[in-house]
Amino acid sequence: MDGLNIPLNHVLLVSSLLFVIGLLGLMIRRNIIFILMSLEVMLNAAALAFVGAGAYWGQPDGQVVFMLILTVAAAEVAVGLGLVLQIQRRFKTLDMDHANRMGG
Amino acid sequence: MRELIWLIPLIPLLSSVTLMLSSGKFPRLLIGLLGVGSVGSAALLTLALGLDFMANPEVVQLTLWTWMQVGSFAPGVAFYFDGLTLVMMSVITGVGFLIHLFSTEFMEDDVSYARYFAYLNMFVAAMLVLVMADNLLLLYLGWEGVGVCSYLLVGFWYQNSANGQAARKAFIVTRIGDTAMALGLLLLFTELGTLNIQSMVGAANESWQVGDTLPLVACLLLLGGAVGKSAQLPLHTWLPDAMAGPTPVSALIHAATMVTAGVYLIARTHGLFLLAPTAMVVVAIIGITTSLIAAFTALMQSDIKRILAYSTISQIGYMFLALGVGAWTAGIFHLMTHAFFKALLFLGSGAIIHCLHHEHNIFKMGGLRSKMPVTFWSFMIGSAALAALPMTSGFFSKDQILLEAYQFPDIGPWLWFAGLCGALLTAMYSFRLVFVVFFGQVKTEPDKDTGWRMALPLSVLCGLSLVGGYFIIPVESVFPMSTGTHPAHWVEYVSISVPLVGLLLAYLIFQSGQLRVDGLVNSAIGKIMRQFWLSGWGIDWLYERLFVRPYYAFASLLKAEPVDAVYGLVVTFNEALNGWLSQSQTGRMRWYITSMVAGLVVLVAVALQLSPEAI
Repeated sequence: MDGLNIPLNHVLLVSSLLFVIGLLGLMIRRNIIFILMSLEVMLNAAALAFVGAGAYWGQPDGQVVFMLILTVAAAEVAVGLGLVLQIQRRFKTLDMDHANRMGG
Repeated sequence: MRELIWLIPLIPLLSSVTLMLSSGKFPRLLIGLLGVGSVGSAALLTLALGLDFMANPEVVQLTLWTWMQVGSFAPGVAFYFDGLTLVMMSVITGVGFLIHLFSTEFMEDDVSYARYFAYLNMFVAAMLVLVMADNLLLLYLGWEGVGVCSYLLVGFWYQNSANGQAARKAFIVTRIGDTAMALGLLLLFTELGTLNIQSMVGAANESWQVGDTLPLVACLLLLGGAVGKSAQLPLHTWLPDAMAGPTPVSALIHAATMVTAGVYLIARTHGLFLLAPTAMVVVAIIGITTSLIAAFTALMQSDIKRILAYSTISQIGYMFLALGVGAWTAGIFHLMTHAFFKALLFLGSGAIIHCLHHEHNIFKMGGLRSKMPVTFWSFMIGSAALAALPMTSGFFSKDQILLEAYQFPDIGPWLWFAGLCGALLTAMYSFRLVFVVFFGQVKTEPDKDTGWRMALPLSVLCGLSLVGGYFIIPVESVFPMSTGTHPAHWVEYVSISVPLVGLLLAYLIFQSGQLRVDGLVNSAIGKIMRQFWLSGWGIDWLYERLFVRPYYAFASLLKAEPVDAVYGLVVTFNEALNGWLSQSQTGRMRWYITSMVAGLVVLVAVALQLSPEAI
């Protein structure tokens, strides 16, 4: 391997940071659009870790899994946006705390 | 003829079932005919059988069918007929017939006429099975059958809850004795391998020695049953309360027949008791103690039926005394004469109660001598026989018991002396009753006199009470001969004169008033003793505190289900946990995620802590 040579640790560090940022967004944000975006960030964090690991071992598997995650994320966003539209129509809000119907 | 003895219990049983199924729709005449006729025909059959037996005294053993077969245990529905059975059957059907006839008048206004005769016939059938059974299991069937009928008849007027209470008391107290008896049967079967009375006694004589422990235990257990049924100490408390039933029922069940079943049981199994001399001494001591305690109590009562009830307990005490000292024949003889004169006295009191608007208090009666002559003479004769005045039936039987008790080794003279005290008290309380009820001022006017259906049984029983002492009961082949020599003449003279002294005392105290006892009665100690004796030596009071209340307390404790409460803790814990955990289900997604993350962090931290080498 020549040219750009980034140590695996750095890749994993960025990946972890991205994952935590996504997770924090998931925990803190109330708007469902931002929750979906946080999910995307977490998925991409995982994908980055795969790619980094694949490069480190010199295997193509990491990139294969990246493609898979990309597809899953696309499908998830399609369903998620559909749900967002429904929530907006039904509750007139995108605040997930207000869309809560449970008594508990 | 002998092959037809099964008809004798069957006829009253069929009549009883018919009356039960009639649901009270038969006309009264038909009910009376069925009820009285069935027992009457049983009595006629018994009479024919008795005459046949007198001509040819041969024991009959008749097996109808095998009741059940479990391994070697095969009790049959089988009857055993000998002189003892004949005496018992004659008393049951003969006295029973007279009491049934009396009942048709006593109960004439009662709405439950058919139910009454159905129960009474059922009782006669069960009692006949009891005395005719050739094995102890069939005897036990009859034993429980009469117990059920007694329960039903004591609580006959069930609209009054006090009667139901009395019926339950009678049933439960006798059940205590019955449990002991059932244990005795089990013990006898496991030890001897049979419940057939004759072969059981034979096997016992082969495998046991006189004075062994096993026959003693078996006899004491059987004695427990006898004590319960025959209302002896310490299970006698039910009988005075059982007077809540109709008076003819008291005459038949609680004086003449059922309460003597215990005496019959001991007499029937006397072969076992001979192996356990200690048990026989216990029988004698229970008998004489009960006799004295009940006699003192009878002297204080004011309810006419309770006087007679305590008198019955006292007289059965004499029978137990007779059995205990080995005077089997005298005991059975007293059983028979007692059935005559006590049925007479009870029916007489029934006549008074019937004609005096259901009045029970003897101090509200008085001067009935000229108003109810038949009843008066019945009471005179009955009391004379009860007090054992010379030449009456009670004299012969009681005199024989006392003489044989005197000859009993060691404690014989003491038993005799206690028996004499009882005889004195018997004469006093029975003539106290006569003097208070039939002499003096008229206090309540009778609204009618007895009809023929009451007068006839009373007259017949009067005759039997007078001449019953001359009967010779055919039991010499059943019991071993008494070997005692004749005691000194003075013993006999004293035995004869004591009841006369009692009569004189009763006359002086309750009739002429020459002997003033007011001072004694009204003194401090006199009042206490009077109250003590009136309450039956406080035995009911004692049992109430010793057994009834602790039992109720225990029952109400169990009602709160203390055992379930332990298991209830598991439920309470789970419910609390559930309530606590369901707090976490808020429906807020952010909260879910946060708790998932927190859980994950904790799990990872724990995993790292447990196995640091995984890093």
